Amino acid sequence: MIFVGTAWKVGDHVDTDAIIPARHLVTTDPEALARHCFEDLDPGLAARIQPGDILVAGENFGQGSSREHAPIAIKAAGIACVVARSYARIFYRNAFNIGLPLLECADLHDATESGDRISVDNETGRIVNETRGTTHTAAPLPEFMRTLIAAGGIIEYVRRQVAPGRGGA
Amino acid sequence: MGMTLTEKILAAHAGVERVRPGELIEARVDFCFANDITAPLAFREFERIGLPAVFDRERVALVPDHYAPSKDIASAEQCRSVREFAHRYGIVHYYEIGRAGIGHVMLAEMGLALPGEVFVGADSHTCTHGALGAFSTGVGSSDLAAVMATGRLWFRVPETLRFVFRGQPAPWVTGKDLILQVIGDIGVDGARYRAMEFAGEALRHLSMDERFTMTNMAIEAGAKNGIMEPDATVLDWVTPRAQRRFEPVFADPDAEYAAVYEYCADELEPLVAVPSSPGIVVPVNFAAGVPVDQCFIGTCTNGRIEDLRVAARVLAGRTVHPRTRLLVIPATPAIYRQAMEEDLIRVFLDAGAVIGAPTCGPCIGGHMGVLASGEVCVSTSSRNFIGRMGHRDSRVYLSGPAVAAATAVMGRVAHPEEVLS
Repeated sequence: MIFVGTAWKVGDHVDTDAIIPARHLVTTDPEALARHCFEDLDPGLAARIQPGDILVAGENFGQGSSREHAPIAIKAAGIACVVARSYARIFYRNAFNIGLPLLECADLHDATESGDRISVDNETGRIVNETRGTTHTAAPLPEFMRTLIAAGGIIEYVRRQVAPGRGGA
Repeated sequence: MGMTLTEKILAAHAGVERVRPGELIEARVDFCFANDITAPLAFREFERIGLPAVFDRERVALVPDHYAPSKDIASAEQCRSVREFAHRYGIVHYYEIGRAGIGHVMLAEMGLALPGEVFVGADSHTCTHGALGAFSTGVGSSDLAAVMATGRLWFRVPETLRFVFRGQPAPWVTGKDLILQVIGDIGVDGARYRAMEFAGEALRHLSMDERFTMTNMAIEAGAKNGIMEPDATVLDWVTPRAQRRFEPVFADPDAEYAAVYEYCADELEPLVAVPSSPGIVVPVNFAAGVPVDQCFIGTCTNGRIEDLRVAARVLAGRTVHPRTRLLVIPATPAIYRQAMEEDLIRVFLDAGAVIGAPTCGPCIGGHMGVLASGEVCVSTSSRNFIGRMGHRDSRVYLSGPAVAAATAVMGRVAHPEEVLS
């Protein structure tokens, strides 16, 4: 799948409290969570994100808590995929589990400013900053993550394991 | 080449002779749990799987600890969904407030986390149980749902970083200072995707409570798990409370570590992590004098009886500064009772502290001590990110209980020596 959208750039070590503060974790409704996404980091950001936009992050994106509300809020805010230098491990698992595509790319962050137009080929890992005319390559996904994505996430993967007759595995 | 403690536990639970770092495995999970924030999402995913029962209703715990007692209608609805799921699926280890405390502290205290086991929780501080010589790690709600359904989960076998503490901790230096020192040195992603193993003779001087503080904060360096060998201190602590048979696991003598870091515990001093990262760590004297509005002693990091004893030693016969508030929250009802029996509660009340019901409390900035804009808090918790404990313009310093208590007395960041001299 190819995603084309406006880039929104955040820094290194963006934590899950910055993504969705715990005071809002009294709901599991994606739309309600999306309204407060990034509110302590950049209060206006959630409102500026348009469906299909791309989040460009630095190192260790999603550090901190295990709240799956974090990738849910980012996805519901309209972000189609995230490209970061690196991810915190629980966030990484959670994002795949809820269907938010993540890519790892070493040099996109430095070459991008918020507002740039970016295209991301999720299959080949080819990323183009169309505004600046630069091309970048994302690290290939680990084989098992591909299996999980192909299955439709951990829940579908498990559903097929426990009930092979259903789900068409 | 032999295996590390983490590798040996994972190999045994994957049913294989040996595992190597980087390998993906599917492992049997001995015990799992979720809290009132992560459980509702896990239930939704579990029900999508469509099974009539959890894999083992004695090996799943549900602990409402974040927003319990409920702070508003929305959190009450979440707690109710936990209660209803527990009843519907016959979850044995479901605990209502009054019998429930902070999950990480309570489940270990009850003997439900054991050496040699694989323990998974939908809460990032699940790494706490590694102090018992278990592989214990935090996951999200979907992964937890998968575990509730199958009793299994996939893992990437982590490389192990080994942190060896020589000597004996200097006065006022606790497990909190040891782990803050490490996080300050390696950074908030210094152990990303890796196991942090703590070792060395200095650990023999640490109580079980202090050890839990260290493994608890492994996640603050990005680690998958924190772990320690189940030595005599561990076995003495865990054996009388264990609710299942267990087999302690020890590292092979020729285990391979990705890196080894050595510390001399005699040379360490009380530390604080300054706003707004657990990775920005300085000696308490570097921050001394910063005016403080609130001090908080509690949480899965430092809400155990040993922490309360240390705080009471500083607070005995003294009062909290008139411009400062002190909140003390024992992590579980058993710790609360113990503190009462040791007369620590009286020390806190006499000092002018407020004692809260066992819960996560203000650590997550949702209730029971939320910070206003511009306010400064010294907290014994594990995270001081922007907005973590309240307004985005509030600021949090992380410390051990002695520094938090001394700060409460002085009304400004203070070393315990300053109060006791």
